[in-house]
Amino acid sequence: MTIMLERAMPATLPRLLAGGRRLAEHRSTYGAMPLARYAGEAGRQRLIDEVLGAGLRGRGGAGFPTGRKLATVAGGDKRPVVIANGCESEPASRKDRMLLTAAPHLVLDGAVLAAHAVGADRVMLCVERGSSLADRLERELTQRRDDPVKWRLVRVPRRYVASEESALVHYINSGDARPTAVPPRPFERGVGGRPTLVDNVETLAHIALIAAYGAYWFRELGTESDPGSTLVTISGAVAQPNVYEIAPGMRLGEVLDAAGGATEPLSAVLVGGYFGTWVSLPDGWSLPLSHDRSGPGGTTLGAGAIVALPAGACGLAETARVARYLAEESAAQCGPCQFGLPAIANDLAAVAFARCDPATRQRLTRRIGMVTGRGACRHPDGATRLVNSALTTFAADLETHMDGWTCTGVSRDPILPLPDKRHRDKGWK
Amino acid sequence: MSDEPGLRLQVDPIACVAHASCRELLPERITLDEWGYPIISTDPLPPDLVSHARRAVAACPTLALRVDGKLARQR
Ligand code: SF4
Ligand code: SF4
Repeated sequence: MTIMLERAMPATLPRLLAGGRRLAEHRSTYGAMPLARYAGEAGRQRLIDEVLGAGLRGRGGAGFPTGRKLATVAGGDKRPVVIANGCESEPASRKDRMLLTAAPHLVLDGAVLAAHAVGADRVMLCVERGSSLADRLERELTQRRDDPVKWRLVRVPRRYVASEESALVHYINSGDARPTAVPPRPFERGVGGRPTLVDNVETLAHIALIAAYGAYWFRELGTESDPGSTLVTISGAVAQPNVYEIAPGMRLGEVLDAAGGATEPLSAVLVGGYFGTWVSLPDGWSLPLSHDRSGPGGTTLGAGAIVALPAGACGLAETARVARYLAEESAAQCGPCQFGLPAIANDLAAVAFARCDPATRQRLTRRIGMVTGRGACRHPDGATRLVNSALTTFAADLETHMDGWTCTGVSRDPILPLPDKRHRDKGWK
Repeated sequence: MSDEPGLRLQVDPIACVAHASCRELLPERITLDEWGYPIISTDPLPPDLVSHARRAVAACPTLALRVDGKLARQR
């Protein structure tokens, strides 16, 4: 069956950022929300099939196929709930805030369509609390009284792991934003014991576009295993740090060029944010970027944060600061995470800022192996992935530190951004 | 992973308080890390260890330890 499109949408970029901020502008770019096209039980299934066919992967970090998640939640035995996850706790990422500012109604349309697909009638839009974004979204929601869902804006504590899906569900259910042990996963038993679809806000915006323009259109950009377009936040030593909409499969060098190119010689690039991996240059210039973890070195776009490291900075010192931050952000519920991450941060700081003695180096490697896979959530795994990749990528620097020389880079101003301590919530309520 | 038959030991890392009685009852499958938390092999349990494993599960004061047909965090 052929679906007649109300409006043609070019296959080129930008897609997500083509519309406007106000509801009227948004509608004039993308047309009405295509709910009627997916009416009834058969229509809901058709919408899920369309997303499956599009091959959309989640844009929150894990890159899980979105259609499969929709199908699972839709198949539950109770009426499901949808969580639109706009808590961008990743310090090097701004894309979700940017999208919710520049194109809020695309996200909200996507959430309504996702709710329709899974049979939910409630959507909870989660954002970090204490930002002007929350107030603005509250106002946008008042424009959408005709939506067939009940909206709720949830202001979540500013903590790194509070945006993890079990943490969001826990916060909504009990006011405590720490992750919970799994199983059950939110798609089995989430908000109020109901199957809960937790999708990143960019993922939802793509669902809105797929519903309007179809899987074939979506696949005109990107790669076979990671189709479509995606938002990336590029920062560090580039001329125009900003959020960009790119097509997966683009090479790292091209993506940096899109941000105006490097402002000084680079030694490495952090890809995927603080649960991501370092890619050393110049070898990494031609690395194709995607959300598919099967790529070289396990590098994925994750939540889309890309940070260019100048050759004059110290990758070990940069990583040590982030490791300390990640240790402080542990929810301190699981022993290996609560005790292991600070121990790893201490070892890495000793290696980076002082003389790297072989015993500390060995202990660090052993501790990395020891905490990986042993938390209730993936916080320790993400942190150790980053530290591990720093040890590999900056192996030559490690040798220098080993000889008793720390590099001059350790005294440079930090490149990897960290939230100001004053703006971090201490508690979890 | 979960398609493989067999029972597996599993620990809820949030409930576990490093009491370590499990390690005494099942040293074949449980070691302790440097902070006293159990490192548990999640390979399927051989039949001769199942009853020992069940005893360790029963002895855990916080009900953190389970014997289960499924593994956590699969997806
Ligand atoms: S692994 Fe760490 S962050 Fe995750 S629930 Fe356990 S203690 Fe909290
Ligand atoms: S007996 Fe229970 S609480 Fe104690 S270490 Fe073993 S699993 Fe953890």
